[in-house]
Amino acid sequence: MDEIFGIPAPLLFGQLLLGLINGAFYALLSLGLAVIFGMLNVINFTHGAQFMLGAFVAWAMLNFLGLGYWWALLLAPIVVGLFGVLLERTMISKLYKLDHLYGLLLTFGVGLIIEGLVRNEFGSSGLPYRIPPELSGAWDLGFMFMPVYRGWVVIVALVACIATWLVIERTRIGSYLRAATENPALVQAFGINVPRMMTLTYGAGVALAAFAGVLAAPIYSVNPQMGSNLIIIVFAVVVIGGMGSILGSVLTGFGLGIVEGLTKVFYPEASATVIFVVMAIVLLLRPAGLFGRA
Amino acid sequence: MTLNRRNLLAAAAATPIAAGLPLSGARAQAQNTIRIGVLNDQSGLYRDLSGPGSTQAVRQAIQDSGVTQRGINVEVVQADHQNRPDVGSTVARQWIDRDGVDVIVDVPTSSVALAVNTVVRERNKVFLNSGAATSDLTGAQCSPNTVHWTYDTWMLARGTGGAMVRAGGDTWFFLTADYAFGHALERDTAEFVRSAGGRVLGQVRTPFPGTTDFSSYLVQAQASRAKVIGLANAGGDTINSIKQAAEFGLTRRGVKLAGLLVFVTDVHSLGLQTAQGLVLTETFYWDLNDRTRALTQRLGNMPGGLRPTMVQAGCYSAVLHYLKAAADMGAQQAKASGIETVNRMKAMPTDDDAFGQGSIRPDGRKIHPAYLFEVKTPGESRGAWDYYKLLSTVPADEAFRPLAQGGCSLVRT
Repeated sequence: MDEIFGIPAPLLFGQLLLGLINGAFYALLSLGLAVIFGMLNVINFTHGAQFMLGAFVAWAMLNFLGLGYWWALLLAPIVVGLFGVLLERTMISKLYKLDHLYGLLLTFGVGLIIEGLVRNEFGSSGLPYRIPPELSGAWDLGFMFMPVYRGWVVIVALVACIATWLVIERTRIGSYLRAATENPALVQAFGINVPRMMTLTYGAGVALAAFAGVLAAPIYSVNPQMGSNLIIIVFAVVVIGGMGSILGSVLTGFGLGIVEGLTKVFYPEASATVIFVVMAIVLLLRPAGLFGRA
Repeated sequence: MTLNRRNLLAAAAATPIAAGLPLSGARAQAQNTIRIGVLNDQSGLYRDLSGPGSTQAVRQAIQDSGVTQRGINVEVVQADHQNRPDVGSTVARQWIDRDGVDVIVDVPTSSVALAVNTVVRERNKVFLNSGAATSDLTGAQCSPNTVHWTYDTWMLARGTGGAMVRAGGDTWFFLTADYAFGHALERDTAEFVRSAGGRVLGQVRTPFPGTTDFSSYLVQAQASRAKVIGLANAGGDTINSIKQAAEFGLTRRGVKLAGLLVFVTDVHSLGLQTAQGLVLTETFYWDLNDRTRALTQRLGNMPGGLRPTMVQAGCYSAVLHYLKAAADMGAQQAKASGIETVNRMKAMPTDDDAFGQGSIRPDGRKIHPAYLFEVKTPGESRGAWDYYKLLSTVPADEAFRPLAQGGCSLVRT
């Protein structure tokens, strides 16, 4: 059997692929964060809780309304996104003129409260949520056994990332958004309702988090701390990619997924820290991040 | 810590009432008050199997013991150790030095338990451990102030590991949570596998806490071609491992999963569809016999509508026995010396609804039977929380590591 660095080649390919799949989650989550930070200048620490809410709403839809995975994929982001809109209108919008730190503290606190409430209601060990029958099963790729669902996650995440990028970079509404980030007063003077646009942007970013949450529900344990486990890594991804850079966070998400996947083969004990090592190195060499503008 | 502080405030509010009494009366009051600190995971992956449910069990034990009718006051405080040894030992020190806590109960997460073990020993208080698994608590790190109540890694290894090897699973690969508990469980199980003629083909250490995706490790385990993948982890980690093993089709292709530490709350979370057929070892199951059912009834619903786990039952049983000993010695005596109290506990046989009759050995190991269960299929389950069928019972004197083999300095050889 061929070996690369002492590891059998099939095993290595398998790990690369798995890294790419985890990277899809990082990309999707950091995308929402980057959109929110880029447009609103708010560091959204509630993102992990909103990701978790997406999964819990999917569970609740199945168990209380009998709506399965496909409905959840459509409706849960809307429900959680509306919650985001409410949050932005009532609290976050009051902080735009203040230092970043206030937004960070507010969203961090709200995240803790949501997590605590869900934990009180549902406990910490999680709820069962199954892979939809259409996507269960697996392909035998020769070098590894690839569950259909994981393939689906990568494709959907890619589509969502490209779509978001196209909306912001190639459409009229996207150009308004970018202009409003540069100079809100001027854009407002042209008769565009900037505060409403901010609200909808936040809602969309939150909806992306909830969307990732629904995607995660069948493969990760649906529990209150599922978001906080992931969110620290995702923040590192956003920082490495360059705060606010959409393309940067997507590419970094996939890239770091692969780096982490390889670490899991060569030195598994370090797989939880490798991303932060990368972050430290990037910050030393390029403080604005790989794709950020200084 | 907020709850702890709230209790202190309540105590402070009560002081003016006591101040009206003669000074000796107030002192007698304090000397007759035993403070129990429940220290465990209140916010993370071990919350459901210990957490506030353990405190609920402790309160039930106080009620069932009837010590208040004999003039002994018992107060309960609780705190979250966040699965971090530094947090756990700091809380333990504050409790003992500042808040007058006499007994620390529960403490899941082996790394935290070992830290608290040292703190309690230095200060000559009592440590009743129910939640942690490492057999080192009654082995190399045994303490005259500690009783390890509910289960340990050796017992789990013998129960589940032994059963898997007997069923033909003679080659193993371990997925090990990278901290004291995982290492101890892997070590104890590997010993059983080897002594039964099996082989360990490899292991991978997964970062704890903070690992959510186990697929990479599962694929490595599969590449080793081992017949059995031993899950030397617990709580949310075990749930994620089992869920993802099913997703990657490992079990369908003949690989057996050995959930070395699986709690009834984990099975509840996985759902029978995913968990069915899993073989596991526990020392308490709510539906085991009339006495366990009666206890479950008395405890009522655990937080989150869950049924009690063996860890919570252990907290009940341990505190009940402690209070019996304290009532026997007198509260003042019990507060004065942790070693004396633990010695008294060791001298008395135990008997309660959770574990039946048992005893405590010189090394601090509480012994009682262990049960090998298999998780039912959805078809076999007759109702809510009807999850286990009993495969076999390991008698109390065989369930735990023989006294002489632990290397505990308290055991005279």
